[in-house]
Amino acid sequence: MDDISKNLKKIDDNTYEVPIGYRPGMRVPGRIFVSSQLREMVEPGTIDQVANVATLPGIVKYSMAMPDAHLGYGFPIGGVAAFREEDGIISPGGVGFDINCGVRLLRSDLEAGAVQPRINLLLDALFQAVPSGLGATGRLHATDAQLTEAFISGAKWAVEEGYGEKDDLTHCEENGHMAGADPAQVSVKARKRGRPQLGTLGSGNHFLEIQKVEEIYDEAVAKKFGLFKGQITIMIHCGSRGAGHQICTDHLDVLSRAVKKYNIAIPDKQLACAPLGSPEADNYFGGMVCAANYAWANRHIIAHWTREVFERYIPGSKLDLVYDVAHNVAKIEEHEVDGKRVKLYVHRKGATRAFGPSRREVPDAYRAVGQPVIIPGSMGTSSYVLCGCDRSSELTFGSACHGAGRVMSRSQAIKQFKGTDVKAALNMLGIVVKASSPGMLAEEAPQVYKPSGDVVDVVHNLGIATKVARMVPLGVSKG
Amino acid sequence: MRCKSLAIASNQSGNVLIPGSSHYAQMIAFEYLEHTADVMFRAYGSTQEEMLSHAASALFKTMVDPATIAARESWTVELEAPDLESLAYQWLSEIIYLFETESAVFSTFRVRLNNDQDPSEEILKLHAEIGGERIDLHRHAFGTEVKAVTRHKFGIRKNDLWCIQVVLDV
Repeated sequence: MDDISKNLKKIDDNTYEVPIGYRPGMRVPGRIFVSSQLREMVEPGTIDQVANVATLPGIVKYSMAMPDAHLGYGFPIGGVAAFREEDGIISPGGVGFDINCGVRLLRSDLEAGAVQPRINLLLDALFQAVPSGLGATGRLHATDAQLTEAFISGAKWAVEEGYGEKDDLTHCEENGHMAGADPAQVSVKARKRGRPQLGTLGSGNHFLEIQKVEEIYDEAVAKKFGLFKGQITIMIHCGSRGAGHQICTDHLDVLSRAVKKYNIAIPDKQLACAPLGSPEADNYFGGMVCAANYAWANRHIIAHWTREVFERYIPGSKLDLVYDVAHNVAKIEEHEVDGKRVKLYVHRKGATRAFGPSRREVPDAYRAVGQPVIIPGSMGTSSYVLCGCDRSSELTFGSACHGAGRVMSRSQAIKQFKGTDVKAALNMLGIVVKASSPGMLAEEAPQVYKPSGDVVDVVHNLGIATKVARMVPLGVSKG
Repeated sequence: MRCKSLAIASNQSGNVLIPGSSHYAQMIAFEYLEHTADVMFRAYGSTQEEMLSHAASALFKTMVDPATIAARESWTVELEAPDLESLAYQWLSEIIYLFETESAVFSTFRVRLNNDQDPSEEILKLHAEIGGERIDLHRHAFGTEVKAVTRHKFGIRKNDLWCIQVVLDV
């Protein structure tokens, strides 16, 4: 760690710079937003990846890493970079395979006391209602035409099909459907993978969780978000499933050839990219938007089935959508650079948009305060709701962290923990867990993640987004 | 990327015998390397075909314990690419695709590369026979879902043996 630390320049207590020259070809410096404690957990490879991104054409200001940053492929996880429209690029390495992996938070009108005695029952029912895990397929049997609609209209299509409510849409980033989808850029393979998986949670770190609001940090904003202490909330974390994975795989192949065609030097093959405005870039963007919309439809359908379960076991209960955020996506946004408003392609890979009140993208309901920024914890640790601040635009192109961030590899976790022990330890803490495989519980043990509170504090202290509420898990359904 | 040329050690990843050696030296078919969030492996082979077959085994073992799979059915894969690296990337991606769309798990991978093509075509062709069976959620021991094959640190080297290095997004 010492060698690495020498190369990082401390800007303030939560900001470290990777100077130009850290590796050859850097066009801008890197910025890693971590506390001194979290800095110790950043692997050298992560810093290399921040530096690699800084070499890409048209990058603006900095190649950035959020406080939960860890080693990824291409960009680090927690990586943020913006590229100018005129001379920049778009890269699937800055989005990831799980396009629009994201988080949705539902608030109930229920107090924890009314739900806790029935937590096992509810969790069993949710586990049944929402297919999850490896090898599982969905309850929804979408036709090819419906799949196309999901790619084009996302959550809007889901509402038209009877899933969820119209008002939900204004409580999703991009209203649950991003413009620019081009279904012609979705291969037959991506369709074949995506069709049976619409309405499935997936596996790995994806989950559906029943939570209790444990602490309120900002009463006024919490009220705006409809949150109160002791309240039951539901969090859904998943993405675009096989559809998104295949869309990324297909376009990565094309873009790998594009770097040769356009003579772009890349330090990592996963940073394959194409100049903005080129057919390869347009095609990737059109395909990526389809995957993003699929993911919004997916979370919408899962939320609908969650509502059905609650209605069945607690009749009259109401689950409203607080917000739905994407944390793996590339977006066209306007930001101020050198005093001018410019159009940028902002890549967020494992980073959450955190817009403040002055941004028109923030829905009317939250315009007075800023957008809800939803940060999931690990199975045993707290999740947070923050409120985006205007300062985020200037600091991070309006981006915050996306979770706790792993510190231990899966193979190490399997060696160190046993799924049954993890489950028993969580039970002792009053957390009920259901998973399709015990091995998965070991891989996802709370100890493999950084403390979520430390990560969120950096975002709060920098003024990117401020803490509003902390939720603790009561019941977790894992894939 | 540095690949070990020959490893004379027992390894949980599974050993194979190299034909042609007088005493049948032991070779590691594949090995997993440390990676914080994802899965990284190296697969070896005395031929390109063998390396590609071992890489497929390494990938699939991440998802399902091969000891729980019987090769009752077979699937054929035909692919072509301008170079070995692209072909290897397509091959491994194809296995994930087949797993999801066929709802099947695989345990044997027989790979053949076409060597008698016209060299002016500059196209490499792969033909593979994959053995496995349909998913049985009660019998098959599932591990980690592999979302995709990344190109991060992806590479193929030839020293004494062929070696491929792969990072999987899980």
